Amino acid sequence: MAEFSVLIGGKAGDGISQAGQVIGSVFSSLGYHVYQYVDYPSLIRGGHNFCIIRAAEYPVTAFRSGVDVIIAFDQQTADLHKGRLSDDGIIISDADRVKAPGLEIPLGQLINTHQGIPIMGNTAMISALIRYLGVPWERIEPVLKRKNPKKTEKNLEIARAAWDVLSPSRKLGIPGGSSRPFLSGNEWIGLGLLAGGLDAYVAYPMTPSSGILHFLASIADEAGIQVYHPESEIAVILMALGFSYAGRKAAVGTSGGGFCLMTEGLSLAGQAEIPIVIVVSQRTGPSTGLPTYTAQSDLMFIRYAGQGEFPRWIAAPGTPEEAIFLGAEAVRIAWKFQVPAFIITDKTFSEGLFTGSSDLPDLLPHRVSAPAFPYHRYEDMPDGISPLLAPPHPGEIVKVNSYTHDFKGITTEDPQITIAMVEKRKRKEKALKEYTDQPGSVKIAGDEKAPVCVIAWGSVRGQVAEIAKDNSFRFVSPLILEPFPIKTFMAALEGVDRIIVVEESAAGQIDKILKEHGIVPDEIILRYDGRPSTIEELETRIRRVL
Amino acid sequence: MSPNATLVSEAKNTWCPGCGNFAIQHAFRYVIEEFEKEGIPKEKFVLVSGIGCHAKIVDYFNLNSFYSLHGRTIPVATGIKMANPELKVVCFAGDGDLYAEGLDHLIHAAKRNIDITVICHNNRVYGLTTGQYTPTSPYGYQGRSTPDGIHEYPLNIIELLLGSGAGFVARAYTRNIPLLKRVIHEAITHPGFAHIDVLQICATFFNMTSVYDEQVYETSEANVSQFDMACRTGQQWNYSDPGPIPLGIFYKTIRPSLPEKREIKQTDRKKVIQEILSRYS
Repeated sequence: MAEFSVLIGGKAGDGISQAGQVIGSVFSSLGYHVYQYVDYPSLIRGGHNFCIIRAAEYPVTAFRSGVDVIIAFDQQTADLHKGRLSDDGIIISDADRVKAPGLEIPLGQLINTHQGIPIMGNTAMISALIRYLGVPWERIEPVLKRKNPKKTEKNLEIARAAWDVLSPSRKLGIPGGSSRPFLSGNEWIGLGLLAGGLDAYVAYPMTPSSGILHFLASIADEAGIQVYHPESEIAVILMALGFSYAGRKAAVGTSGGGFCLMTEGLSLAGQAEIPIVIVVSQRTGPSTGLPTYTAQSDLMFIRYAGQGEFPRWIAAPGTPEEAIFLGAEAVRIAWKFQVPAFIITDKTFSEGLFTGSSDLPDLLPHRVSAPAFPYHRYEDMPDGISPLLAPPHPGEIVKVNSYTHDFKGITTEDPQITIAMVEKRKRKEKALKEYTDQPGSVKIAGDEKAPVCVIAWGSVRGQVAEIAKDNSFRFVSPLILEPFPIKTFMAALEGVDRIIVVEESAAGQIDKILKEHGIVPDEIILRYDGRPSTIEELETRIRRVL
Repeated sequence: MSPNATLVSEAKNTWCPGCGNFAIQHAFRYVIEEFEKEGIPKEKFVLVSGIGCHAKIVDYFNLNSFYSLHGRTIPVATGIKMANPELKVVCFAGDGDLYAEGLDHLIHAAKRNIDITVICHNNRVYGLTTGQYTPTSPYGYQGRSTPDGIHEYPLNIIELLLGSGAGFVARAYTRNIPLLKRVIHEAITHPGFAHIDVLQICATFFNMTSVYDEQVYETSEANVSQFDMACRTGQQWNYSDPGPIPLGIFYKTIRPSLPEKREIKQTDRKKVIQEILSRYS
């Protein structure tokens, strides 16, 4: 069996997402690559939450329309999703709460008999699933132990009791090999920032970016970083700029609404040339929109945010490995070029879970080079990049300024100095563009010589990459969106005579960037209901226009 | 002699003649020289300003500075102090800047007791934008945005700060230089958040010299650690009606402050990441 999908659903508060993670970890321990999609409404108790866990013998970053097993903690899960079941699929349900054909587990009775607590029903259901799949107990026990560090024995006792309710009905293949790390997109991005030499992370909670804040706060001491949650996103970005001025590499994270509040701070970073990394995880807008659903509709906003003109760098990861690499690269770029460096992602990637490689690329944080003395913060250099110095430095002063300033950082309204400063930033932008527009900034997949080309960025690439395998089109995706790597991108389009763009927006955002560069797409496939496409849904739409 | 040998920079001073800012500049320069004599080198100081007439002060000092945005001195200063607790971080802010645009930051800075000093150049008017009312302008103030006069009482900033948990609250006046110098020195020395509301006149748009000269007096600081006494002193003047205006340190108390005294480990990042990944495998 090359792949297997499980849908698990229930009410908010049932621990659906955590149960999904345990199932994912079990699959990973068997040697599978795993992707988990998480779908939940914006409330704390009740509602309908579900996850789809897909395991395959090759890397997966998307989910299918069909599933092989549905685990139903409530009636709604069975009713809403039974149409997704494959021909030999089955529903495993809580006998007390669900009436549906399939396998019933008497969760209430199991928990009562063993004097457990209701949340242990999750362990019981996972155990029943694995039993049904015909996997030996010895394979699952260590994972259940690790995932239940509290009340381990009681959980195992209930798991074993649930195990005995069913008999093995399938024979799930075990690819073998070592278990891969299984983390959310937010966590992979957080690790990337760490790899790039991050010293401080400042953020205000906002779905779907909060996972980075929670993750980095949980490992702050271990990693030797500072994590702080202040009163607003306005305070967030200005505090981060304070950290950066004082010589600590700082990043912030938010979603569209929070980023709106950060724009005056962004422009300050542009004028004062203070390095900063900004992670923006998009959700459905405008305004509060659909807080827990996805979109790719903030690219233009991020590209143009902030008054005045200043260079910036924007990258969009689509895989765990790219999240690590680009997260680290964002820190490096921000400090090398003293510009705001963005990671743009979305709810699908941020809150989805992915197995990824534990082999890290060699990541060397950018080393700040020594300045000349007497120190002038905005020394006019040929590449426009003035050396950084953090106070205190004996006998020297470091002045940064939101006003147009002279080379020492003192306010000026002189037209000649104004021009010199604009041109200094333009030279910096040119250096950044040359550094960025290199092989690796654009990915090519699928049939690399095909004349039909699909273009997508960010999390949507997960779906397109899988569709590209079974259809003969070329798949080109930019990892760097600003400065747009046009030379590398045009080389990737060599021989293409038909272009199809796929994006989760209503207006077509990358479409506008392409048109700026004279690339006019023939078809554009948009989606704006907040939900990511399944592989089959998108494949049908792409095939229609191929 | 190095180019930083003097405290005053080469920047051309553009304040109006008679502006209260000169007194704050003078007093602060004196305090820095005092700290240097005490063995704290001047490069340990970072000045953070907002936007407004007051803010030009950072251009005029040969000291580390972050000329920030309107209302945003406090978050910038907080980040700097958290990044390097060794630095002495002083905010220069205006009343429009700090008490209107950036008021939330002030309340939260007092609450978290971040170890920075805030000096508010409170002339109770917007100068650089030509004379509009601020949160501390008196009832009935007529400005270009309120030609009929404002129908709201000013914020009593002393009460607000005490209510927000500030551990050091003081008021000074630009025409009482010895007090101003002493209060700035004590505020910078105070371990925790310290706020000085400095009454100053705006020579062009709101010249209150004769009113202040007549009404101000130095309060006794004998009960400076008593919160209820501080509240009573603060309530003596509501920033609007005529009456005695107390000056001096109203309240001073020590409580847990930020940044926490916590050592930040130097780590091998690759090792840390691999360790974390192994936990998630």
